[in-house]
Amino acid sequence: MAVVEVKNLTKTYGSRPDRGGRGRAAGSVRAIDGIDLATEEGEYLVLLGPSGCGKTTLLRTVAGLETPTSGDVLIDGHVVTGLPPRARQVAMVFQSYALYPHKSVYGNIVFPLRASRMSRPDRDRRAHWAAGLLEIEHLMARKPRQLSGGERQRVALARALVREPHVFLLDEPLSNLDAKLRATARDELKRFQAEIGTTTIYVTHDQVEAMGLGDRIAVLSHGRVRQVGPPVEVYDHPADTFVATFIGSPPMNLVPRDGVLVGFRPEHLLPAAASEPDALPVRLAVDRVEYLSGDRHVYGTALGVGEQTRVVARLPATVTSPVTAGDEQEFAVSRDRLRFFAASSGARMDRVPL
Amino acid sequence: MTTATTGQPATVGRPPTTMDNAAPRQRLADRDSALAWIFLMPSVVYIVALVAVPFVLAIGFALSDVTAGDPSFDWVGTRNFRRAFDDPVFWRSLGNTFVFTAVSMVLIVVLGKVLANILMAKVRGKWVIRFLVLLPWTTPVSLSAIAWLWMLDSIFSPIDWLLREMGLLGSPGALFGPNSNMYWLGEPDLAMASVIAVHVWRLTPLAAVIMMAGLVAIPRDLDEAARVDGAGYWRRMFEITVPLVLPLAAVAALFGAIFTFTDMAVVDVLTNGGPNNATQTLTSWAFFRGIDGGDIGQGAAVALFLFPLLLAAAVAILRAVRRMEVR
Repeated sequence: MAVVEVKNLTKTYGSRPDRGGRGRAAGSVRAIDGIDLATEEGEYLVLLGPSGCGKTTLLRTVAGLETPTSGDVLIDGHVVTGLPPRARQVAMVFQSYALYPHKSVYGNIVFPLRASRMSRPDRDRRAHWAAGLLEIEHLMARKPRQLSGGERQRVALARALVREPHVFLLDEPLSNLDAKLRATARDELKRFQAEIGTTTIYVTHDQVEAMGLGDRIAVLSHGRVRQVGPPVEVYDHPADTFVATFIGSPPMNLVPRDGVLVGFRPEHLLPAAASEPDALPVRLAVDRVEYLSGDRHVYGTALGVGEQTRVVARLPATVTSPVTAGDEQEFAVSRDRLRFFAASSGARMDRVPL
Repeated sequence: MTTATTGQPATVGRPPTTMDNAAPRQRLADRDSALAWIFLMPSVVYIVALVAVPFVLAIGFALSDVTAGDPSFDWVGTRNFRRAFDDPVFWRSLGNTFVFTAVSMVLIVVLGKVLANILMAKVRGKWVIRFLVLLPWTTPVSLSAIAWLWMLDSIFSPIDWLLREMGLLGSPGALFGPNSNMYWLGEPDLAMASVIAVHVWRLTPLAAVIMMAGLVAIPRDLDEAARVDGAGYWRRMFEITVPLVLPLAAVAALFGAIFTFTDMAVVDVLTNGGPNNATQTLTSWAFFRGIDGGDIGQGAAVALFLFPLLLAAAVAILRAVRRMEVR
């Protein structure tokens, strides 16, 4: 178990000579742009962001597969910036799982132990312990191509955990699984990490995974951390409009009004009849209603809050007031659910009276 | 309309699918079986004319007493083979061929792998390195062999000069002896080594390119996973990279073996089989007996000996590749 910390980390591509001559003329790309971030002991930290936001680069820098342009990586208080991956005591599960195709499952799992020159009986014991933990002992003799996606993922996990690393780095390990398997695998990943208690950094672009797995979520965009916090905080108190619209499905509604963006979650925009009496009234010109697993998603234009803006309301199954497409209806948002952002910068600001 | 054979203008004002009410008809270009034959024909003709016919002719010649002076075909049964087996030079050539092929093949594969790694390296001026590395393969073999003939000259060899300058040759107690020259092509063992060296020099780039294709095909994740798993350079090389390029290394070995087995240009130009048949191979021996010596029947019999050996080598290697792929 260990604490991972990155200090003022930047990574620029394209301007370094080791990247070859091509593409230099196109200018350099800043994949990581000054990130300060630290995990806590045994924490499950999720890096969440859209593709190209630098989350995988950050993970690879922690693993030692990328050298940062500037800044430091600390594991357990030691600076490991210049050290190769094997000196860092980290284990990584790749998106592709990167199982060695010519080795059996057993051969894959013991590979890190052989690299650390562990004796054969010890290796054997540890490999069976890891395989037992992930319930793949019956697959030991198989080759990776004889395994299903879920089994491969378990083998990759077993290989990662077998030498009890200080840190787990997981790079979108669920993205190659089908939807049903993904849900169970997510649950298992969480239980499993809780059991062994190793500090884990988990990269994903899927907010459901992030919300479900993370002790804390770091939302990244364009190589910067936009917000770090527990899922509830990131969801309820987004630091800026990027976080507000990236997390949540459908995303937070933002209505411009006098240089301020008034934000509210779709589930807080309810028919006036179902709202508190002092809630902020919103007239909604309803375009369309969707029924999605019990909820009703109501698409329409908000009138009277600020500028006319398209918004979405999510009515839970418990709200039964009739909503018809084509009508203008009275909706309302509870005032303590309103969030405010500066229209110019997108940053969160204090509430303004409406 | 699914074919591109005709340039019929589309009928205006009508959907193009109605086809002027003509019954739907299969065109030549729709018939895969006919097309297959048409496209295969040139190569079939080529193979029949340049491989099958000479092969049958060779079998015929081997069983006859055809010579350059007397082209009349008289059946002699296995006499040519019996004479070849009684000839110590034939056995010497056979042994040389195996040594030549085995040593070349091993060196070509090993050096090819090393060279492929060099070609893959991310350095400035990569294209210059690639160009230089591929040069030996692109040079006509007789030209490069003639250049080597000079390099290995008994008196003016620059290699000898270099060794002399370094004090390794030509003085009493020097590493390579007190003589002023090595006589690369004059000493039997050195001549074999020289022929092998030139051949390896020539074929290594091909093997390197084949293996580079294999290296490029290895997902980068695997190497990175091994690095995170704590494996050092050599462990990654021998446990991850080498096993994964093995099928292509085997292909490179097969190419190397076939080119070596059937090659006589290097031998012919450098040593002419000498000294005292020390570098004589089956191909060069067949050529000397059949073409230079005019005993076509005898030459064909010797040359035919290549066939079962090459067939066995090809089958063995291709089966090994198959097994590795199925794994």
